[in-house]
Formats: sequence, C-alpha cells, structure tokens
Amino acid sequence: MPEPVILLDDLTKEFPTDPPVRALSAINLRVERSDYVAVVGPSGSGKSTLLNMLGLLDRPTSGSYRLDGIETTMLKDSARTTVRGSRIGFVFQSFHLLPHRSVLENVMLAEVYGRGSRKGRRERALRALERVRLSHRVEFLPGRMSGGERQRAAIARALMGEPALLLCDEPTGNLDSKNTDAVLDLFDELRAQGMTIVVITHENEVSERAARRVRITDGTLAEE
Amino acid sequence: MHPRDLLNEAMAGLLARPVRSVLTTLGTVLGITTLVVTLGVAATAGNQIVGRFDELTATSVTVEVPENPFPLVDWADVGRVTRLRGVVSAAALAESNQSANLSVRSNDMVDPTRVTDQTLTVVASSPGLPAAVKGRMVEGRYFDAGHIARGDKVVVLGQHAAKMLGITRLERAPAVFIGTQAYTVIGVLGDLKREKSLASAVMLPPAVGGRYGLGTVTRVLVNTGLGAAELIAKQAPAALSPGNEALLQVISPSSPTRARDAVEGDVNALFLILGLVSLVVGAVGIANVTLVTVMERIAEIGLRRALGAARRHVAAQFLLESTLTGLTGGIVGASVGIVVVVAVCAAKQWTPVLDVRLAVMAPAAGAVVGLLAGLYPALRAARMEPVNALR
Ligand SMILES: Nc1ncnc2c1ncn2[C@@H]1O[C@H](COP(=O)(O)OP(=O)(O)OP(=O)(O)O)[C@@H](O)[C@H]1O
Ligand SMILES: [Mg+2]
Repeated sequence: MPEPVILLDDLTKEFPTDPPVRALSAINLRVERSDYVAVVGPSGSGKSTLLNMLGLLDRPTSGSYRLDGIETTMLKDSARTTVRGSRIGFVFQSFHLLPHRSVLENVMLAEVYGRGSRKGRRERALRALERVRLSHRVEFLPGRMSGGERQRAAIARALMGEPALLLCDEPTGNLDSKNTDAVLDLFDELRAQGMTIVVITHENEVSERAARRVRITDGTLAEE
Repeated sequence: MHPRDLLNEAMAGLLARPVRSVLTTLGTVLGITTLVVTLGVAATAGNQIVGRFDELTATSVTVEVPENPFPLVDWADVGRVTRLRGVVSAAALAESNQSANLSVRSNDMVDPTRVTDQTLTVVASSPGLPAAVKGRMVEGRYFDAGHIARGDKVVVLGQHAAKMLGITRLERAPAVFIGTQAYTVIGVLGDLKREKSLASAVMLPPAVGGRYGLGTVTRVLVNTGLGAAELIAKQAPAALSPGNEALLQVISPSSPTRARDAVEGDVNALFLILGLVSLVVGAVGIANVTLVTVMERIAEIGLRRALGAARRHVAAQFLLESTLTGLTGGIVGASVGIVVVVAVCAAKQWTPVLDVRLAVMAPAAGAVVGLLAGLYPALRAARMEPVNALR
C-alpha cells in the first residue's frame, strides 16, 4: 500500500498565550493521493491552524505529521522550506498578492524560489491564468481587480509549481456561483491528474462536491 | 534561487516605493558628495601648490656666506660643489654695500645732452653664472677662467642694464666706465630665471672686483636635479668650506611632498569628518527605512516563505535592496562630487586632479554603507516565522 500524502497522528497545537489556546487537540487524519477533502467548522474552530500545520508553515506542539511518508515534525527549517516550496501550493484566505506587481508577476513569483529554469516561466504562468479564466487581466495590478478575480489569481499562483498537495482556505469565498462552479470544475480536473486537495470552506456547494468532508469543532476533528 | 530573480525582486521592492527609495539615498548622496569634494579639491589644491613649487623653486639652493675675518669660501671652491652628485650648475657671487650703487656710464658720446650716467649694482661672479641663474647670453659671451687669470678688464651687462646704458651691439667693443675705470663689454646676460635682479647689474670677474669690495664670495647659487635639493643643501656647506660649514647659511626649498601633505592635511581633516558623519547619518537613514519597509512587508515575507523562500533568500533580498540604495547614493554622490570639483577648478582656473580610484571607491563605499545598514533589518526579516508573517 502506497504512503498516504497526509498522515496526522495525535497532532496537537497549543498557543502559549495566557490562558493557553488549544487550537488543535490530538487530531488524526489520513489523506490519500488524489483525495479531495473539505474541512468545515465554525469560525475559530481551528481550520486555518490545521491548514498551517499541513502546509508546514507552523510546527505542532506534539504529535506526528508525515507528508508523503516523511516525518516533518523533526525536519529542520531549511528542509521544511524546500518541501513547502516544491510540493505544496497555497491559496490563502486573504489572497496575499503583492500589490505593486502585475497579476502575471504575482503568478510567476511561485517559481522564483524553486530549482526550475527561468525559461518558459512566463508561458507557464500564462497557462495557469488561462486555467482560472483570467487571461484578460494578465497585466493588471491586484488592486484594480475584483475580489473574485484576485482569488482566481491566487489559485493560478498555487497551480504554478504543479504541487502534489493543494491547500485552500476559503477559495471560493468571493466568487459568484458561476465562478465557483468553474473553480470546482478545475479542482476536479486537478484531482483527476493526481493532485491532492484540502479545502477549507463554509459553503455547502463546495463541501458537497468534495469526496470527503471532515468537521472541526473546538480543535477536534471528526469525519462526516 | 537564480541571481537574476533575486535582483528582480530587490529592484521591484525598491521601485514599488520610488519616492521613499529616492529620499532614503539622500543621506548617502550627501556623505559621498562631501567625501569626493573634500578629497578631490584637496588633491587639486595640493597639486596646485606643488605646481608653484615647480622645478625652479624645488631645485634652487642658495648658500649665504657671512662676513668673516678670513674668507670662508674661495672663488675656486665652487668647483667642489659642481662636482657633487645631483648638482646641475653652481656659481659664486660677490655683492657688497659699497658696490650696490655705483655710477656707470657708457662711452657713447654721440649725444652730449643725453644723460648716460646710470646708478647700477656691480657684482663679481665666477664664470658659471649664466647657467646658475638659468639665463642665456643675449649678446657676446661670459668671461671665462682666462679673463680672470689675466685680470682682463672686461664686464658682462645684465640685459636691463645694457638697455639703460644704450648698449645693444658688441661689434665695436663698447666700453663702460665704472667711476673712472674703463671696461670692455664682452657680453649681455638675459632671460634670467633666478636672481632676476642681476638683469640690471654689471658683472665683473673676481680678479678686478676687489677694487669695489667684491673680493670675497658672499653667496653661492646652486641648481640641483629634481629631488636632490634636500641632500645638496646638507652637503654643499661642507664642500664649500670644510670645517666651517656651521657658519654658512643654506636656503633650500621645503620638500614638495611635505608642502602637499601639510595642505591636504589641513583642508581634509575637517571635511573628511563631516563626510563621514554624513555617511553614518545616511547609513542610519537606510537602516531605519529598511526596517520600516520590512515591518510593512511582513505579509509579503510570509508569502515568500510559503512559496519556498528560505530565510537566506529573504535576508538576501532585503540586503540587496539596502545595498542597491547605498550604491545608488554612492554613484549619485560621486557624480555630484566630481561635478563640484570640476566646477571649483574651473572657477579657480586650476587643473582638476581626479583620482580614478576615488571615482570607483565612492560608489563602492556607498554600497558598503547600504550593506551594513541593511544587516539588522534583513536579520529581522529572515527571523520571522512564516505563520506569524502570514496572519
Ligand atoms: N497565534 C495565535 N495565538 C493565540 N491564539 C491563536 C493564534 N492563532 C489562532 N489562535 C486561536 O486559535 C483558534 C483557531 O483559529 P483559526 O484561525 O484556526 O480559526 P478558523 O477555524 O480558521 O476560523 P475562521 O473560519 O474564522 O477563519 C482561534 O480561537 C484563535 O483565536
Ligand atoms: Mg481561518
């Protein structure tokens, strides 16, 4: 049996505030290759915290997280950075597009820190923008675009490095139903190509099209 | 990460806030400009003064022989100075108060109404005088050892003296009267570069000078090769009057390097300090603004970390941004400085002296200032945890 993409074992995250906040408590989760998992739960339940753990942006307080069979909690910062840059794509809740750079430059930024060649980067970025139907906004600054367009630009950037794992925080929060459908179609297509997708969402439409749905309540996770 | 990508990101970071970037460089521009102007003007001014200490002054040594019961320097002793290594020419001279204002008349009696009596200085000299004063014989020749040995009653006139006496040509062997004594004029000495007062004097051979109190040497003029003046000034007294060298007074040019150093030292110290202070202020400015920029771009740092940027990539970008800021300040400062130096030179009609090293080092200094200023902000940026930066 192949290694799962994500394997969480009693993963716990406690923020050392006063009083301490236990954002995730002893979470167990197994996500196979090409899985499409929707994470739902009320606000403040720990969804973004979980996504940060999965994206190696933060370290758990205890427990184990194996990514493609590699135990990541023991990895040094530089190794975590390399894994993050090469295998994981992010779509953040607040997009995080650089305001002074065009959409195209923002998308191309995804390849700046990789080992890949500079050649063809522009073409790859243009193709990613085409996939999210943003070819007509290539030279726009993010500030000039609607929320939905920004969100699609952020998705295009996440697709750039052809990551094995795509982590999305509310990827359709700003989209109308037509664009939401388009993004969900894109996710299906990516899944078919072998990409593993974890999506945080409030929307039933999104979670219903996911193969799997897990719910977080007060830091504990349950399958639905 | 490809170096070109790093440069791209750093440039984009700077150009995103162009006005701020320009203002940030101002301190460095000011500092580098001050330094370049200070060093440039000092070098030029120093060179200017060295220019005045030109070959003539820098190679002229004069030995004064004081009055003494017995002659300290004999006429023939000059030969020993001439033989010193580094001496180009030398001549002995006798001057006295008695002979400073003598009545001299030419024998030209064509026009009796013309006043032909002139009051002129009469001196005696050794034969080497034309070379020693760097002059040339405009007419005729100077007296030689033969004239002296025979005690010939001959004179050489200074160019100006000859004009005053109305003597222009020597074919007819004109004579001049000093008091009642007649002397044949055998030459006219002109174009003197040294001891220019001799142009209006009458030069006698030492043998006949005794009559006017010009029997003993009072001055020895020495010309040296470039750079030899200092040494000759030390050696000449002993060569002229062994055992009595302490009694002789030597007038030698101050060494040109010392002159330049003194001038540069004076001008530089204050302005160099000023320039360095401006540079430090510039560095603090860059550090400040870079730190503010880092704090403003926390989200961007987080994003870059999420996209796979290692801590060193983040540090490198901010370091490069501050270094480029400093470098720009250095280039602008060096350019402005050079323009100012050239303008000052034009105003003072000096020849600008621009050290190429200065033109290269100034931008480099600006870059180093920027690099140092960026160290702390870059460290702060690199230390940031991605999850905190992305919040
Ligand atoms: N750095 C931190 N320090 C202290 N507490 C934190 C920190 N980050 C998150 N928390 C807390 O952890 C809990 C989970 O936060 P998280 O951002 O994961 O919620 P979420 O499920 O994503 O909510 P939303 O749907 O509103 O985005 C919250 O109560 C939050 O206040
Ligand atoms: Mg959240």
